[in-house]
Amino acid sequence: MSYQINEELLRFRPKMAQDKVIFNDFNLWYGEKHALIDINIAVKSNIVTAFMGPSGCGKSSLLRGINRMNDIIPVARSTGEVLIDGKNIMGSGINVYDLRKRVGMVFQRPNPFPMSIYDNIAYAPLLHDVAEEEELDKIVENSLRGAALWDEVKDRLDDSAFSLSGGQQQRLCIARALSINPDIILMDEPCSALDPIATIKIEALMRELKEKYTVVLVTHNLQQAARVSEMTAFMYIGEIIEFGATRDIFENPREELTEKYITGRFG
Amino acid sequence: MMKLESLIEKALFLSASFSALIVFLITFFLIREGVPALSLNFLTGLEWRPGQEFFGTLPTIIGTLWVVIGAVFIALLIGVPTAIYLSEFAPFWVRNIIKSSVEVIVGIPSVVIGFFGLMILVPFIRNTIGGRGESILAGWIVLAIMILPNLISLTEDSLRAVPKSYREASLALGATQWQTITKVIVPAASSGIRAAIVLGVGRAIGETMAVLMVIGNPETPWIPTSILDMTRTLTSTIAIEFSYAEWGSPHQHALFAIGVVLFLLVTALNFVATFVIRRNKN
Repeated sequence: MSYQINEELLRFRPKMAQDKVIFNDFNLWYGEKHALIDINIAVKSNIVTAFMGPSGCGKSSLLRGINRMNDIIPVARSTGEVLIDGKNIMGSGINVYDLRKRVGMVFQRPNPFPMSIYDNIAYAPLLHDVAEEEELDKIVENSLRGAALWDEVKDRLDDSAFSLSGGQQQRLCIARALSINPDIILMDEPCSALDPIATIKIEALMRELKEKYTVVLVTHNLQQAARVSEMTAFMYIGEIIEFGATRDIFENPREELTEKYITGRFG
Repeated sequence: MMKLESLIEKALFLSASFSALIVFLITFFLIREGVPALSLNFLTGLEWRPGQEFFGTLPTIIGTLWVVIGAVFIALLIGVPTAIYLSEFAPFWVRNIIKSSVEVIVGIPSVVIGFFGLMILVPFIRNTIGGRGESILAGWIVLAIMILPNLISLTEDSLRAVPKSYREASLALGATQWQTITKVIVPAASSGIRAAIVLGVGRAIGETMAVLMVIGNPETPWIPTSILDMTRTLTSTIAIEFSYAEWGSPHQHALFAIGVVLFLLVTALNFVATFVIRRNKN
């Protein structure tokens, strides 16, 4: 089994990029279940980092550690640090709502609100006190352009978001995540509910987004990790087995477990 | 063997037809007895004096509207926040306690609630606010108690039916839980809540016993001007007067006509509610 690694990605070396998110001895429990065990990795700025691994390995939980979405699960508790730009977001005095304004998130299934296309994008800016109509229009346009959706919807902004196709809905959700002008974009298996053509569009978009944002992608699709990410973490039962440049992970895995997974002998 | 099967099928068909037949019969008699008394004057007349054959129901219709609208409003004021608390905030055990208490209300016969209203509520209103105590206000409270359980459970159901993914999307954008509830969840559940309101109105219009016991039912009803006024409702008028309306008299036809009005109102409301719920599902 071989993987096509994007040429641009081949030239990437981890030391070329700055650290954006650092996990220091991060542990997470759901009740009695130890879901993340001693996580120590640094997610680099302005690249795509992929978390991959079999179902239940903790990759989504790790992603949700970056915007503290694990907080909404009552039985979840954690130890250790998560630093964004050097600041511990698990520390006291951190406003979780401000944190989530800096970290956009895209989910497994497209989940636009039952509102118009325009209102979906305007939702968060309105919450965060953008009141002027002109500014709002600008944010909506820029966000939709950023998600490569503007040309398809500019004449029907008042239509229901549900009138869009699945792939368009997912790009709308990406646009909605851009509306808060974040630094980091988290994508939790964003293509798992989409057809191959829509997937190609979203992957192309990820490569564009990293120019301005730090993109973290959860995927169980190995090809996808190889196609879009500069760095890949391979996770298994709550632990990071191997983390490095995507090329190294796919071509010269250090760990036997990684190699087995890459070559399809389990997973 | 086949013969037996088809016999059984026919017997089952007969049972199934029975309820349709009952509805048909009731409708038929209501219309036959009531429609002759229906007229513009019946709906807009101000005087109801069966002895002199004045059958104006406008004060009764307005009395009904007063009682129903007020009761639904009070039930909404209590019910919607309760449903929001239950579906969004309440810990499991608190939710269990509140839900089972609310369900107990459904099991209380309406005459018992009316009795409570007459013995406790009416004197309380008389002594603290004034008037005779038997009043629209008392009707509001008694009726609100009766429509509350359904309103709470239907509203809670429609709030719970809002996909979890909307909540996650909203929270991930930096919205607080309260912002998420008011801006995403309640609007997404609004058609379910509207259906709950319509069903509540239907229930409130049809409810008879408990309301009858606390609203005073003056012999010649007037258009109420205060919530402390006594009044009559359509249902209470039938319930009080049917026993001394002579068979075949204009009075009896007028009571049947009130029945027709009630029947049409409640059927229309149920129809609207079903429509709203169905549209919600699509």
